[in-house]
Amino acid sequence: MATTAVLDRPVPNRPVPTGGLRDAHDVARLRVTAWRVIASEWVKFRSLRSTVVTIAIALVVIIGFGALAAGVVSGNVTRPAGPGGGAGGGGAFASNPTAVSLAGMTLAQIIVGILGVLAITGEYSSGMIRATLAAVPRRLPVLWAKVLVIGVSTFVVAVPASFGAFALGQTILGTGRNTTLSDPGVLRAVLGSAVYLAAIALLGLGLGALLRHTAGAIGTLFGLLMVAPGLLPLVLPKSWGDSIVPYLPSNAGESFSSVAPKAGMLSAGGGALVLAAWLVVLLGVSAWLLRRRDA
Amino acid sequence: MIVVDQVTKSYGATRAVNSLSFTVRPGVVTGFLGPNGAGKSTTMRMMMGLDRPDSGHVTIGGKAYVDHTAPLHEVGALLEAKAIHPGRSAYDHLLALALTNGIPRRRITEVLDLVGLTSVARKRAGAFSLGMGQRLGIAAALLGDPDVILLDEPVNGLDPEGILWIRTLLKDLAEEGRTVFVSSHLISEMALTAEHLVVVGRGRLIADTSVDELRRTVAGASVHVRTPDATRLGRLLVDDGVTVTSGPDPHELDVSGLDAATIGDRALAAGIPVHALVPHEVSLEDAFMQLTHDSVEYQPTSLATSEGLATTEGQAA
Repeated sequence: MATTAVLDRPVPNRPVPTGGLRDAHDVARLRVTAWRVIASEWVKFRSLRSTVVTIAIALVVIIGFGALAAGVVSGNVTRPAGPGGGAGGGGAFASNPTAVSLAGMTLAQIIVGILGVLAITGEYSSGMIRATLAAVPRRLPVLWAKVLVIGVSTFVVAVPASFGAFALGQTILGTGRNTTLSDPGVLRAVLGSAVYLAAIALLGLGLGALLRHTAGAIGTLFGLLMVAPGLLPLVLPKSWGDSIVPYLPSNAGESFSSVAPKAGMLSAGGGALVLAAWLVVLLGVSAWLLRRRDA
Repeated sequence: MIVVDQVTKSYGATRAVNSLSFTVRPGVVTGFLGPNGAGKSTTMRMMMGLDRPDSGHVTIGGKAYVDHTAPLHEVGALLEAKAIHPGRSAYDHLLALALTNGIPRRRITEVLDLVGLTSVARKRAGAFSLGMGQRLGIAAALLGDPDVILLDEPVNGLDPEGILWIRTLLKDLAEEGRTVFVSSHLISEMALTAEHLVVVGRGRLIADTSVDELRRTVAGASVHVRTPDATRLGRLLVDDGVTVTSGPDPHELDVSGLDAATIGDRALAAGIPVHALVPHEVSLEDAFMQLTHDSVEYQPTSLATSEGLATTEGQAA
C-alpha cells in the first residue's frame, strides 16, 4: 500500500513536563506477564488493516467458492467446456457434496497461511521485532502469544465460514444431491476444515519465525502445501512416495477434513496427529532459535 | 548505570566489538562516539539483550537486561529509526509495547504529547517523515519512564528545530538523575549535548573522557611563528610544558604551550624581530579525527588530514 502524503509535525519547543510513572501504585504493577504479552499481540494483530482485509478475503473465498462449486455441480452454473475446464464438477467430487461446498478451503489455506507468516515476518522486515523483544526480553512469551492469537483468531473465523459454506453449498445443491451434518463423517469434515485452517495459519507463523523473511516463508509454505503433494509422487520412487506423501501437512489435514480419507492416506486421527507433530516440531525449532539467535 | 565489561562480539570473521569495557553513569548525558562501523550499534544491541556477546557481560542497574521484571521501566531504547510497522498507527504501536509491561494508557497520551505527535497519533506510521518516525521512537523509549535511556543516532533525520529539542530533552532527562547514553558519529553534535564521551573505533575503546577534558587537550593548540632569528627565539621559549618545533623553513617555528601574546611579548623583550604570529586553532572535529583516524573502517584512499594537529597523545588503537 503506497504512502501518499508524508506527514510532518513541528516538535514542541520544550519538553512538555509529564507525570511519568513515579506513582508507587503504578510502578508496583509494572511487569511482563503472559496475559499482557497476549494482549499486546492481539493489539498488533487487530490494528493492521491487512489483517482485516486478509480475513475478509478468506471468508469470501471459503463461502463464495463453495457456493460457486455447488452451482456448477447442480447445473445452475455452467462451467467452461473442454479439458482443464475447472477442477470442480464430475466424478468423485460431484458425488461428495461436503467436498463441493468446502471447495474454497484449498485457496483459503494459502491466505491464512500468509496471514500467519506476516504476523512475524512483518516485525522482522520493519525492525519492530527489536522493540518487541526489548519489551519482552525473555522472548518466548512473544512466540506463544502469537501462536494463541493467530490460532484462536483463525479458528474463530474459520468455524462459521466452514459451516456457512457447507450450509449454503447444500442449499444450492438441493435435495437429492446434498448431504446433512448428521451423515457419517460430515460434521468431522466441516469442523476439521476449520481446524485445518487454524493449523495452516500456525504453520505459516512457524515458517515465518524460522526463516524471518516474508518471501522465503511464503514460498516455502506454498511449496509445502501446493507443490509437494503433486510433485513428490512423480519424482520419488513409488515406495518412498507412498511412505512420505501421506505425511505432508496438506494430505495429513485432508484425512480429517474430508468425509472419507482417500486410499493410501492416513486415518482421520492419524492425520490430525501428524499435522500436530508438524506444528510442534516447527514451532519448537523456531522457539529454540528465537532464544539463541541475535535479533 | 550501565557497565560494559570485557565484551567481545564477532559476526562471522568480522570482530565488531573487541574486549570493550566502560561505565555509563547516571546524571549526565554520555555520548557514544565513533566512526561508522566502530561497533556502536552492536554494543547498544548487546546492552538490550538483543545480541549476545561472545564473551564478557553487560549489566544495566546491576542486572543483565533480560533479568529485569519490568524492562521498559528500567531501560528505554531507540535503536533504529522508523522500526514501526508502516500500517500501524503511532498510538497502536505504543499501546502494543505498553501492554507488555502493564504501562497504563495515560502514559501513552503523555509521551505522545511530549514528542508532539498527539494530532497524528491515529495516522498510519507509514505516512510519517523520518523525523516523525524518530520522535515516535523517542516516545517509545520514554514510555516506561525508564531510569536508563539509550538512543542510537537520535538526531538523524531531525530538522534543526528537532535537534535543538532533543538536546534540551536529553539534558533534562539527565538532570532528573537518569542515565542517558546517546550514540553519534558527529562530535560537533555530542559536544553540544554530552558531558562525557566514550569514543570507540574498530570495536575498541579509544577514549573515555569528558568533553571539557577533550577540549582542553585540543586547546593546547600551536602558534606558528616566523622570525629571522628562529634559533634564538626557540631557545628562549622552550620550557616546561612548552614545545618548540622547527619546520623545513629555518625561519619558522611551531610553538605549543604558549599563547601568541606571550610569545610576542617575550620576543620583544629579547629584541627578536617577529614577522608573523599565527595562532593555530584545532577544532574538536580535528581532535576526533585524530583520535579515530587509525580505526576508521572504511577509509577513502586519500584522507585529507589537517596539518597542525597538536600531538599524537591519546592515540590508543
